[in-house]
Amino acid sequence: MTQTFTLDGKAIPFADGQTIIQAALAAGVFIPHLCYHPEFKPHGSCKLCTVKVNGRQTASCTMRAAAGMQVESNTEEINAERRALTQMLFVEGNHFCPSCEKSGDCQLQATAYHLGMMSPHFDHFFPNRPVDASHPELLLDFNRCILCSLCVRASRDVDGKNVFALSGRGIKTHLIVNAKSGRLADTDIALGDKAVQVCPVGVILRKRTGFAVPIGERTYDKAPIAETVAQEGT
Amino acid sequence: MALTDLHAEAVAGIVDRVAQRYRRDPTCIVQILREIQEACDWISPAAIDRLQAVLGVPRTKIEGVAGFYSFFYTRPRGRYRILFSDNITDRMAGNLPLMERLCGNLWVEPGKVSEDGLVSVDKTSCTGMCDQGPALLVNNLAVTRLDAGRIDEIADLVRNAVPLGEWPAAYFAVADNVRRADILLGHTLQPGDALRAARDRAPSEGIAASNMRSWREGLPHGLGGPAATLDEIKRANLRGRGGAGFTTGLKWEACRNAPLKPGQQRFVVCNADEGEPGTFKDRVLLTAHADLVFEGMTVAAYTIGARRGFLYLRGEYRYLLDHLECILKRRREQKLLGPDILGIPGADFDIEIHLGAGAYVCGEESALIESLEGKRGTPRNRPPFPVTNGYLDQPTVVNNVETFAAAALIAVKGGDWYAAIGTRHSAGTKILSVSGDCERPGLYEYPFGVAVRQVLADCGAGRTQAVQVSGPSGVCIGADEFDRRIGFEDLPTAGAFMVFDDSRDMFEVARNFVHFFQHESCGFCTPCRVGTSLLKNLMDKLHNGHGSPYDFAEIEKLNQLLQSMSHCGLGHTACNPVLDTIAKFRPAYERRMEHNDFTPAFDLDRALAAARQMTGRDDAGAHIPAEFGEDA
Repeated sequence: MTQTFTLDGKAIPFADGQTIIQAALAAGVFIPHLCYHPEFKPHGSCKLCTVKVNGRQTASCTMRAAAGMQVESNTEEINAERRALTQMLFVEGNHFCPSCEKSGDCQLQATAYHLGMMSPHFDHFFPNRPVDASHPELLLDFNRCILCSLCVRASRDVDGKNVFALSGRGIKTHLIVNAKSGRLADTDIALGDKAVQVCPVGVILRKRTGFAVPIGERTYDKAPIAETVAQEGT
Repeated sequence: MALTDLHAEAVAGIVDRVAQRYRRDPTCIVQILREIQEACDWISPAAIDRLQAVLGVPRTKIEGVAGFYSFFYTRPRGRYRILFSDNITDRMAGNLPLMERLCGNLWVEPGKVSEDGLVSVDKTSCTGMCDQGPALLVNNLAVTRLDAGRIDEIADLVRNAVPLGEWPAAYFAVADNVRRADILLGHTLQPGDALRAARDRAPSEGIAASNMRSWREGLPHGLGGPAATLDEIKRANLRGRGGAGFTTGLKWEACRNAPLKPGQQRFVVCNADEGEPGTFKDRVLLTAHADLVFEGMTVAAYTIGARRGFLYLRGEYRYLLDHLECILKRRREQKLLGPDILGIPGADFDIEIHLGAGAYVCGEESALIESLEGKRGTPRNRPPFPVTNGYLDQPTVVNNVETFAAAALIAVKGGDWYAAIGTRHSAGTKILSVSGDCERPGLYEYPFGVAVRQVLADCGAGRTQAVQVSGPSGVCIGADEFDRRIGFEDLPTAGAFMVFDDSRDMFEVARNFVHFFQHESCGFCTPCRVGTSLLKNLMDKLHNGHGSPYDFAEIEKLNQLLQSMSHCGLGHTACNPVLDTIAKFRPAYERRMEHNDFTPAFDLDRALAAARQMTGRDDAGAHIPAEFGEDA
């Protein structure tokens, strides 16, 4: 017999070892997330996927599903907190959607729409984060980095290269690349690397391909992120 | 000899030598980086170049680790790196004017390196010298009891480039200041007493902690000692002294019963990363009673069947390293460490000391383990817990210094003796680190259940307005709560006891703590990384006279978010100092409320400060009047 847990009143089947978010997405139920990616080891840092399990809050990407769990996700209380987290990410970096090549394909932007974020609410930090345009084919715009570490995990676990890592601490945490010069051009990154493809925001961009798809026809222009991801999951 | 200009070859030699000493083991990166910096004054790109080759790890890993810890410098910071302890108790003792004085003497700006590259002066989180502050660290060595005279002398020594070894020894003297001793601070055990007692302890009737398989993995047949000793620890009702108060017996038993995969072993880790501002008891325990602590660790190892142990010592206590290594060496000679301890075949255990490098979050046990493994000190996702998946994913017991010391006493005197001391749910004694506004700051050991009022009377505190119990992450209590009692039933504490008299501004106390949390947030999770910065900005906004009731609501909202969404205890407790002081010392906040409605944090006049500094102007024309700024 299949095991199930309850997510917002709906029975969700799961296999042994599956996390809550894995089982939910497989059942076509969207839980907002940014640092989670089905192909990589969960990180549990963005906290967007936080749910209430038997009344206690926990990240659904790191919590294993167990039979009979009572999980709340799509509640006004939790969504308000997720919205605040999204606002935090917006003010922490420099996110100017109208001029961003990732607009319409950006998970941060799409998640903000999903959660009904109407303003950044908090005062902007306006950090000074220089762009790395050293590489002939790739651009790194650190202004948009949300420290999800997906490129770190992709480079390490799939590409076997360790091109990216996080350094610094606290609010000074930042992405670094594997070169003495600190420049992407001096790393062994290649266009075919998984790390080039996983950025959920607009940090890692291919040069000379900008705006190939017009705004209005991009991924989340066609359907909101909840539908897009839920369809992929099932 | 000036080492900053060493050429790459010499740096490579140093890196090779240090890495060799650590068996080129990447789990020792934090220790290797510390020693490289001690030899070279900073961790240069050349050193990282060499290290990645020698250790065979990517440069990103080394830079990621080096960038995490406050005491590691990947840019030159001078041959003398001076850090003023900036706990609220240092503030109250006048650390900021002294820092300005030193900066003036040395012609260096706070946070920057002098133009000749000789010296840098900056602030750091509490260095654990609150009973003898203001204090500073120079190249990670503690200097206490600063005053204007000492500051001027230090400036001369730095200017004349006098090596630290030739500085007056009195500067580096650290007093124990034990004011009240009880069973721990007054114990009379000799090295080996607790181990002999554990060895000889026969299983009692109806032994509760039996698990024959587990202890036989670690120790030979025919011994009742380990299970019987664990029984005593459980019977003692000993709870962890690091603050959380988890039952020690249960932790040890869970680790002892945790299955081992092939090639795995169990570990004992002593958490001496005493980073909670206002706490300094572990420093004294390791100074005066290190044998008792190591003995407690060895008892734990014997009980759970561990062969390796670590003492994770905070970087601020670097000066204790040689002293502790000497004691470990002597204990090995006495057969109290090493193979076949006390002649018991197979009872092997040894202890390595790992130093931290300025990261409060490493006091969290899973972050500490990450740091021990040579990684960034980020708390892990739990479960699984360290008792089953700790150091190198193997079963690990992590306990506080004071917990191990108590365990050694229990091994000798038994659980019933210990459980009879203190209160029903808080057995034994607690060492309080008393500092702030009192005549006799220092250590006070009491049986659990002592009233705050009693402690205040004993330490000579007068006109006391508030006590911060257990540091910034603890609780701030006002005068109407001084009959509350220290213990898990009422006021649990890791030991800090900071006293504030009625001349103190409790808003500034809270603001200091908020700055501390912001500085120490590891940055892993969004709510804590961004939330502690937002909270700091809000407190600074109030400090700058732009506060309004709107900001109270914002603080409350942030608190909710940090409590429910944060990854670890740092984020969960970061708002406590503000909430406590708003609830109990609201006038300190209301004095700052010049506005009834929302006011933006942005201040036109303050925004011109950088321009004024650059142009050297400070006349009326270089300022924008406040009224103008607000109407505009």
